[in-house]
Amino acid sequence: MPAVSKGDGMRGLAVFISDIRNCKSKEAEIKRINKELANIRSKFKGDKALDGYSKKKYVCKLLFIFLLGHDIDFGHMEAVNLLSSNKYTEKQIGYLFISVLVNSNSELIRLINNAIKNDLSSRNPTFMCLALHCIANVGSREMAEAFAGEIPRILVAGDTMDSVKQSAALCLLRLYKASPDLVLMGEWTSRVVHLLNDQHMGVVTAAISLITCLSSKNPDEFKTCVSLAVSRLSRIVSSASTDLQDYTYYFVPAPWLSCKLLRLLQCYPPPEDGAVKGRLVECLETILNKAQEPPKSKKVQHSNAKNAILFEAISLIIHYDSEPNLLVRACNQLGQFLQHRETNLRYLALESMCTLASSEFSHEAVKTHIETVINALKTERDVSVRQRAADLLYAMCDRSNAKQIVAEMLSYLETADYSIREEMVLKVAILAEKYAVDYSWYVDTILNLIRIAGDYVSEEVWYRVIQIVINRDDVQGYAAKTVFEALQAPACHENMVKVGGYILGEFGNLIAGDPRSSPLVQFNLLHSKFHLCSVPTRALLLSAYIKFINLFPETKATIQEVLRSDSQIRNSDVELQQRAVEYLKLSSIASTDVLATVLEEMPPFPERESSILAKLKKKKGPGAVTVELEDGKERGELNGGGDRGGDAAIAASNASTPSPSADLLGLRSTAPVSGTTPSAGSLLVDVFSEAGPSATSAGVNDDGFLSALHAPEASDSPLVEGPGDSDSAPPTVASEDPAPPLPESDELLNKFVCKNNGVLFENQLLQIGIKSEYRQNLGRMYLFYGNKTSVQFVSFNTTVSCPGELQSQLNVQTKTVEPLVEGGAQVQQVINIECLTDFIDAPLLNIKFRYGGALQNISLKLPVTINKFFQPTEMAAADFFQRWKQLSQPQQEAQKIFKASHGMDTEVLKAKLLGLGTALLENVDPNPENYVCAGVIQTKAQQVGCLLRLEPNAQAQPGEQMYRLTLRSSKDTVSQRVCDLLAEQF
Amino acid sequence: MIKAILIFNNHGKPRLSKFYEHYSEDTEQQIIRETFHLVSKRDENVCNFLEGGMLIGGSENKLIYRHYATLYFVFCVDSSESELGILDLIQVFVETLDKCFENVCELDLIFHVDKVHNILAEMVMGGMVLETNMNEIITQVDAQNKMEKSEVRL
Repeated sequence: MPAVSKGDGMRGLAVFISDIRNCKSKEAEIKRINKELANIRSKFKGDKALDGYSKKKYVCKLLFIFLLGHDIDFGHMEAVNLLSSNKYTEKQIGYLFISVLVNSNSELIRLINNAIKNDLSSRNPTFMCLALHCIANVGSREMAEAFAGEIPRILVAGDTMDSVKQSAALCLLRLYKASPDLVLMGEWTSRVVHLLNDQHMGVVTAAISLITCLSSKNPDEFKTCVSLAVSRLSRIVSSASTDLQDYTYYFVPAPWLSCKLLRLLQCYPPPEDGAVKGRLVECLETILNKAQEPPKSKKVQHSNAKNAILFEAISLIIHYDSEPNLLVRACNQLGQFLQHRETNLRYLALESMCTLASSEFSHEAVKTHIETVINALKTERDVSVRQRAADLLYAMCDRSNAKQIVAEMLSYLETADYSIREEMVLKVAILAEKYAVDYSWYVDTILNLIRIAGDYVSEEVWYRVIQIVINRDDVQGYAAKTVFEALQAPACHENMVKVGGYILGEFGNLIAGDPRSSPLVQFNLLHSKFHLCSVPTRALLLSAYIKFINLFPETKATIQEVLRSDSQIRNSDVELQQRAVEYLKLSSIASTDVLATVLEEMPPFPERESSILAKLKKKKGPGAVTVELEDGKERGELNGGGDRGGDAAIAASNASTPSPSADLLGLRSTAPVSGTTPSAGSLLVDVFSEAGPSATSAGVNDDGFLSALHAPEASDSPLVEGPGDSDSAPPTVASEDPAPPLPESDELLNKFVCKNNGVLFENQLLQIGIKSEYRQNLGRMYLFYGNKTSVQFVSFNTTVSCPGELQSQLNVQTKTVEPLVEGGAQVQQVINIECLTDFIDAPLLNIKFRYGGALQNISLKLPVTINKFFQPTEMAAADFFQRWKQLSQPQQEAQKIFKASHGMDTEVLKAKLLGLGTALLENVDPNPENYVCAGVIQTKAQQVGCLLRLEPNAQAQPGEQMYRLTLRSSKDTVSQRVCDLLAEQF
Repeated sequence: MIKAILIFNNHGKPRLSKFYEHYSEDTEQQIIRETFHLVSKRDENVCNFLEGGMLIGGSENKLIYRHYATLYFVFCVDSSESELGILDLIQVFVETLDKCFENVCELDLIFHVDKVHNILAEMVMGGMVLETNMNEIITQVDAQNKMEKSEVRL
């Protein structure tokens, strides 16, 4: 006999439902509903008292109307009245109404609570369950206040019926989630854990949800559940398919409960007790073995249930990440599923492999499936599966396969579903940056991204390419050339125009030597796009134009003409008009020197977390909806909208202390919120685990050195490889002594001979930026230590020392920095320097800190060089030659002849010589190709006059170009040192 | 945790909606429409999981669904649930309905919404699974029906 006999229903209700179903139009339906609502309203308000049956019938009608999507604003009181009925059916409908149409009217809640209280103390299990359900459904604070004390007692009381226990467990869970402060731990907590041993599997099923939630919040208090869970799991796994009777589902014993037990264990690290651990490993092995056995049934439900357990077991193995043997088996199993004919299994296998890819033991094993995964990305019919394939490619990407993966993702982008394009773009951008060995590849990739999916390239992405180009002088020329070529396409995306405008404005000079990209050609190319662009892009282009005037005086007349035209200077957009007016004025009245200062090249950006990464996290994280909003806010940070690019650039390049506008490229995004969701969490690990085993296993093993020993293939591990870039991996030395200076520290020092500001050092954890200023024999240097990770650095300590005789030559004073650097934060240190006498060596900077427990120890040379104390000296040709002759003793002269390692661009050479600190003397050397300079080095002990002559043979073929550099000074050591330093600059 | 259980037919008409987190009535209706839109456009034989719609938490949540004849059964769950486990649960729910209504069809759900709610309440409570054993669930439902009948006779 069916449990619900169809004839028993309420006739009036059935008629009403049929009426509704017979309505031909939406209007007719609404009319019928309104008629019914009016009828019910009048019945409820009428003088005649309604009997329980009628009340029940009307409340049911209201429920039905509600389900159709109509607002119900009455009937609550009638429903509450039904609660106090003694009849089960009436009571039950009342509770149903309250549960579905929760109302926060407090008077009503008080009445409901009263009814619940009565039912809870009724000792009628059916009524008790109804009441508990109602609490769990509403879960309001008032209810928690009223019942949070009572329910634990019902749960653990010896005489409570099983069905009531089940309901009480989940009711308590709901209250704990809603108002954890009201559910007080107590004597009941230890008894709750023992429900895992309950005879009744239903009680265990309900209790385990409660225990899992409580354990994840208070792991210590509930840790006894681990051994109980293991033994319960072991009994289920080893039972025959018939042992558990009704809890056997299609020949699989208690699959739901097994999954939940495996989830509970994921709240804890591997069991410490050897026996428990042994038993658990045995369970996991049995589960893996069963996957290979022939199925006991051909029904899909059988394999479903079996695989549900298998996937949870694999999750636990990945969570423990400590049993290489099991990890390999898990990886092989997932590999099989990758090619399974069931789409669900392929989906889940891709998803699980994503987490497996971040395990150091199995990253390599996961990588062997790359072809299958790429194939999935290309051929899966289901977009959900393709999305998982893209996620996995992102997770398995490392230096060895980055080019392949990025290329595949780019080609997939051309046909990708619109729903996932933006995320794909972010991922490609991140991978391209993270694994760029040569930055020209990076630039190519991002420009390709803009070409293929320009609409989906968010601001963060193109901001980032500009940040990187500005911070890396080795790629600037290439970037200028590439954007120039990209802009030649007849139709190019506006984002391309933005990048092009910005890069040519900064570095157009690097390609101006080629007549095909002469300054005027560049300008005309940019300006041809101008009229097709939106206002913010036009504003950016105007800033590029004024930068052109500075870079290429020959374009001044043309550009001024453009700025002067009515369409600019009288533009209806205030921003554009203001820029046009100001730039026109600036270019007319400012001298070349002022113009050069105001429009100086952008200084390097202080590095923090990539803004793209933050964006991706946001996208994957809970606040996906808020992304749009924030976008709006960030708009206009670069050259657009509110703060004008030109001005911001001025502020940034002139600032001697860090100014907020130095952040203008969207670096403002603060430290990442540490992952609250598993997806965000794993992303975080994935990205920052680059620091190698020292970062990933630090939580388990508080010693970076030891964990490095644990790494199976230390020579291949990223610890040694230093994935940040060719120029920086922190030597992870466990010793507390300052590490020897990095091998590249001389090279880093050389970068700063002719400039005072920039990024001194960068690896995947830390970035050190420098700003410095010198006057006479005194200098002040600001060091900015930026924590690029989301984890705080502790015991952060820096020391500056002067080795050997430098002690008597330089006087260096520093203040100590705060020992704690929060994730994403930057701390500043000021160093005061006094030059006592001339010197050769550089002071050493040692930085020590702990990151996730592992000691980082980095030594660098501080870029304090003798030329920093130059005072420029202007003099006429006659004076120069007279002094030149006076310094004619052999030891007073130092000379070097060397090959040009960069181009011989006049402007670049001049800028470098000015950067050296000397005065560049025009019209002194009879040969206009040559450069001569003069300056006085100021030390406390003496002043050393210094003359310089640089002779290029610019006519030679590229590759054959040479320089002869001659230095003369009153002190032999100074001549030699300056000559050595300068020879590295060309 | 199960965030919501939705049943609608091939045209998107809701036949049961149960939310275990509080949303305004308006949002609930929008979620139903959005979910129908997401699920109904998918081919048969693709996988049974997809990321949740924006209204119900986006990629935080998954939609796990099965399509039976004229009805879609959709469970919206967070990451703490096993996808295949939920598929099994949907199967248990449908098999239970089938036993209780004897060859359940869409009309049974329409005319007996309250019963369907009662059956569901024996399986899922406050978004957590109360019982997975079909016989146990049916025993409870039977007991309720007996009480109901005895009250009708009175």
